[in-house]
Amino acid sequence: MSASLFSAALCVARRDLTAALRRAQDVLTPVIFFAIVVSLFPLGVGPEPGVLATLAPGVVWVAALLATMLSLNRLFANDYADGTLEQLLLAPHPLGVLVLAKVAAHWLLTGLPLVLLSPLLALQMQLPAAGMPALVLSLLLGTPVLSLLGATGAALTLGLRGGGVLVSLLVLPLYTPVLIFGAGSVAAAVTGLDTEAHFSLLGAFLVLALSFAPWATAAALRVSLD
Amino acid sequence: MYKYASPKHFYPLAGRLVPWLAVLTVVLLAAGLYLALFVAPPDYQQGESVRIMFIHVPAAWMSMFIYVLMAGAGAVGLVWNTKLAEVAARACAPIGASFTLLALATGSLWGKPMWGTWWAWDARITSELILLFLYVGFMALQAAIDDPKRAARAAAILALVGVVNIPIIHFSVEWWNTLHQPASVGRIGRPAIHLSLLLPLLVMALAFKAYFVTVLLMRMRNDILERERHTSWVAEILGTKAA
Repeated sequence: MSASLFSAALCVARRDLTAALRRAQDVLTPVIFFAIVVSLFPLGVGPEPGVLATLAPGVVWVAALLATMLSLNRLFANDYADGTLEQLLLAPHPLGVLVLAKVAAHWLLTGLPLVLLSPLLALQMQLPAAGMPALVLSLLLGTPVLSLLGATGAALTLGLRGGGVLVSLLVLPLYTPVLIFGAGSVAAAVTGLDTEAHFSLLGAFLVLALSFAPWATAAALRVSLD
Repeated sequence: MYKYASPKHFYPLAGRLVPWLAVLTVVLLAAGLYLALFVAPPDYQQGESVRIMFIHVPAAWMSMFIYVLMAGAGAVGLVWNTKLAEVAARACAPIGASFTLLALATGSLWGKPMWGTWWAWDARITSELILLFLYVGFMALQAAIDDPKRAARAAAILALVGVVNIPIIHFSVEWWNTLHQPASVGRIGRPAIHLSLLLPLLVMALAFKAYFVTVLLMRMRNDILERERHTSWVAEILGTKAA
């Protein structure tokens, strides 16, 4: 039974990855959005390197939050439209696990590219080299939390009018702790402070989100498809 | 006792309670305001502007209390499928949001003479602001869904996710703030609060709570009428009133 559950989850994740790769522009849009938002800041606040370096951790993190949010409707909207989601609900497997597989696919398609692109953008923002490892590690720990919490928001707003704007209203306030400690860890690393507490907390958020968010998302999906 | 969990029996009961609660609110509010504005001595540091506290602090207490109550009612509705709990959760949201806004506004008015600024990214202010966003999200989600049952269930899930997150937000902004700036924005250098200040504060807190229950019951009655408008007992009430 557990083996078949595992293969079912794997199936769901692989299907999502294949479907997304066949429509690559869906995957690229949030990443390009991420790059554009970060690039706007030097134009907005001026190219003074000292100012940019101070802003860099926060700017990259806020841009990552917005880019993740932009990608959330992809998570369930297509499956909802073509009826796949109902099949998942009817499947003899716990819905939370299948949701987790979908979120994992979403993170691989959105979160991971953001992490990989972030050093380049941080370089643009004049972030000192000391902050780079912290930036990558904090995004690596933080972006899965964004995907997990975002999935709950996406499930709640499924099929609603104005769902896209609504999801930002629901999800962004919940993102604040991740933002604070994600950007905080980079700022601390730049000034040579100890970052262990930041990473421990980000890890704790990840564990907490992993254990609760898939079930909340599953419940939300059941409500939305009622 | 259990029969009052059904809207049909709750509606008249709430209707009988509302006038009494309204009187209680007025009495408590009058007593509290009298104590706060005329009896309580002005603070030796802050002068007369300390009196904002008697509105500000109870409002901040209520803002958090109502959120927890709302999430609790939402959970009850989700688990036991009780209509009354769903109605209660829905009725809580705008009242809680108003208290949050009141706490933020009075805090801002208090901050200007005390700290010299309308707004500071102080831990408490920031988490109160995020609380306001959570209330707004709850109301927006409910407003976006037409079916009341589905709206209540979706909003309850959101409230529960939010209630898990509230302590996290609370501590995160607190630590974030202490990490980045020293405690320059100390609150009133906290000696144990004197009885002459504590008494009006507690009376005001009770007045706010009585006000909350009054308005909650009134909102719930309205909501019940709207949700049950197809039932015979509502038609009966409205019919006799119209006649």
